Amino acid sequence: MKLTNRSKHMAKKPMTLAERAYLPAILTGMGITLKHFFSKKATIRYPEELRPMSPTFRGLHVLKRDEQGKERCTACGLCAVACPAEAITMVAGERKKGEQNLYREEKYAVSYEINMLRCIFCGLCEEACPKAAIYLQADKMAPPRFERDEFIYGKDRLVEPVDPNARSKRGIQLTAEQAEALARRMAGMDA
Amino acid sequence: MDFSALTSFVISWQSLVILAVFGISLLIATYSTYAERVVAAFLQDRVGPDRAGPYGLLQPLADAVKLFTKEEFFPAGANRALFVFGPCLAMTTALMASAVIPFGNTLLLGNGDVIRLQAIEVNIGMLYVFGVVSLGVYGLMIGGWASNNKFSLLGAIRAAAQAVSYELAMGMALIALLMVTGTLSLREIALQQYDGLWNIVYQPLGFIIFIVCAFAETNRTPFDLPECETELVGGYHTEYSSMKMGLYLFAEYINVFVASAVMSTLYFGGFSFPGEHLLYNYLTSSQSELFAHNVVTILGTVTLFAKIFFFIFFFMWVRWTLPRFRYDQLMRLGWTMLFPIAILNILLTGAFILFFGSKEPKREISKEAVPTEVRTVARR
Amino acid sequence: MGNSLFYFLAFVALLSALGVVFAKNPMHSVLFLILTFFAISGHYLMLNAQFLAAVNIIVYAGAIMVLFLFVVMFLNLNADTEPNKSGLAKVAGAIAGGMLLLVLIAALRNVNPVGADAASFDSQIGMVSRLGLVLYRQYLLPFELASVLFLVAMVGSVMLGKRETGERHF
Repeated sequence: MKLTNRSKHMAKKPMTLAERAYLPAILTGMGITLKHFFSKKATIRYPEELRPMSPTFRGLHVLKRDEQGKERCTACGLCAVACPAEAITMVAGERKKGEQNLYREEKYAVSYEINMLRCIFCGLCEEACPKAAIYLQADKMAPPRFERDEFIYGKDRLVEPVDPNARSKRGIQLTAEQAEALARRMAGMDA
Repeated sequence: MDFSALTSFVISWQSLVILAVFGISLLIATYSTYAERVVAAFLQDRVGPDRAGPYGLLQPLADAVKLFTKEEFFPAGANRALFVFGPCLAMTTALMASAVIPFGNTLLLGNGDVIRLQAIEVNIGMLYVFGVVSLGVYGLMIGGWASNNKFSLLGAIRAAAQAVSYELAMGMALIALLMVTGTLSLREIALQQYDGLWNIVYQPLGFIIFIVCAFAETNRTPFDLPECETELVGGYHTEYSSMKMGLYLFAEYINVFVASAVMSTLYFGGFSFPGEHLLYNYLTSSQSELFAHNVVTILGTVTLFAKIFFFIFFFMWVRWTLPRFRYDQLMRLGWTMLFPIAILNILLTGAFILFFGSKEPKREISKEAVPTEVRTVARR
Repeated sequence: MGNSLFYFLAFVALLSALGVVFAKNPMHSVLFLILTFFAISGHYLMLNAQFLAAVNIIVYAGAIMVLFLFVVMFLNLNADTEPNKSGLAKVAGAIAGGMLLLVLIAALRNVNPVGADAASFDSQIGMVSRLGLVLYRQYLLPFELASVLFLVAMVGSVMLGKRETGERHF
């Protein structure tokens, strides 16, 4: 029974002499491979060459510090609430005397953990944060590891280093050309 | 016992040529492993190994270090002596064949010495190559049998049956060529084609048969049934590791090199290139004959290597284009297609020679006594 | 040097021929036989019969011995499965071998080995072209008959391998 018109009837005919001689078909095949010999290669030599990535790519999280190097996070828990994958847990604590240069607000996160196996990198935590403390970097990814517990990132791996020079240069602060590319893309989307 | 002949041979130019031929065979086989990977990559839109050294040129070295430092493994119940002997034999027979290939004409020295760019000149060169190639299968068979592994054994059996079947068609193709050239010496055959009318013109069908058989004899895809990964794990070298494995791989590439060299010599003019006597005449008008002869010889050697490299590339090109034949297809192709075509080719060649005359004028046997060098110089 | 080479080749030939007979493992026997063929080819080369040497290697070592090896590989080569030959078979074997020896001795008894005469010796006698002339002039009919026989055998093998109508193939 014929259900659609797309089905193709394949008649089992005896092969012609040219088909049985193999050689024409072989030569055609070799022509195809030779074409690929001269075609552009798909390889990207990874450490030297990077795949072009969108400036809005959402990678590994970072907990930002402010200009004086204080942690921005105030452990309000909005990110954990916003998280659709329930990957974020935190424990809030009160700032002690003499810790003013460490934490910006009086309340801070004693522990802050993100389970990278649960995280879907949607960026909702970033949008929920009222203190501009959590961001998803555009240039870093969670690398593969051997153990599951290594994927639970604590504050030691999430908070930015104190030294401003050691901080990620890309990502949140877009470079001029990235900003331009982003603006162009947004304009294109509007049109 | 007289050793003076031996010592004078050891320090002669000819021994240097032998050493060079040996070294070049090994070098080309080494870089064939690299070329194979690069060609495979390029045909598949990749770039291939490029990490070890500039453009990955040190990759063969890295591979060799890896193979040498791997664990030597002897399977339980293996025949240890034959297990070691197998790869040795494969390598030896592969290297032996390059001895008679003429890599160039002669170089004339100022003091009247003549250097033949060929390890040894025998007047049965073609038979020698054929014999050595037919021995090549022993390395595979012995290694496969001694491994005490059913996959290895099946690989060895396939190798044996395949080699014997395709040797027949190959021999028939060579006989037709022999009828055209009238000589078995590879050097003579190469010299006959100096006018640019290569033997491929006289033997197109024979060449197709020969090249198909060459693929089968070197166990290259589409005829690599003895080491068919999808059915036999690794075929005859399943149980091999370390440098013993390396020797098998190496022997395959040397075989490819030798087959390429033989094909270029027999069908594509060997070290001759079109317009060489024009060049010779042009050079003799301003330079000495000695200089002209040597320049033509060196250019001829370069052309031969260009032809060889093309055929090595061709082997790789086919390997990464065609899928493997099934075993019954292989046998059917060998016996019911190539073999009758080869006999037909002999008949056609015979009829051609009968009606249009042979390519070379009939030579009297007494001429054989004249040294080849003298004749070549005279012919040019 | 020629003399010592001859003795070396003769030694190898005899030793490996003995190895063929005395080796317990059929595989080793076949390999010894190949070695014997090589030694004999070496003798041919020393007799300046290059064609014969090459053809000996191609046909015997390269093709027939491969088939031997091919068959031996199919055998079950466990040492303990080798059945003990009965006494009758041993006696029959000894008689057959002894008679062959007798024939050989009888044939070689009257041979008077004379060295080649250097003056009249033709060094080109074993060359391909000479051999061809002899085969195609003196022995044309037997040669052609033999070749027709081989051709028939080869055509027969191809015919056996041909597909028959209705034969199922995958």
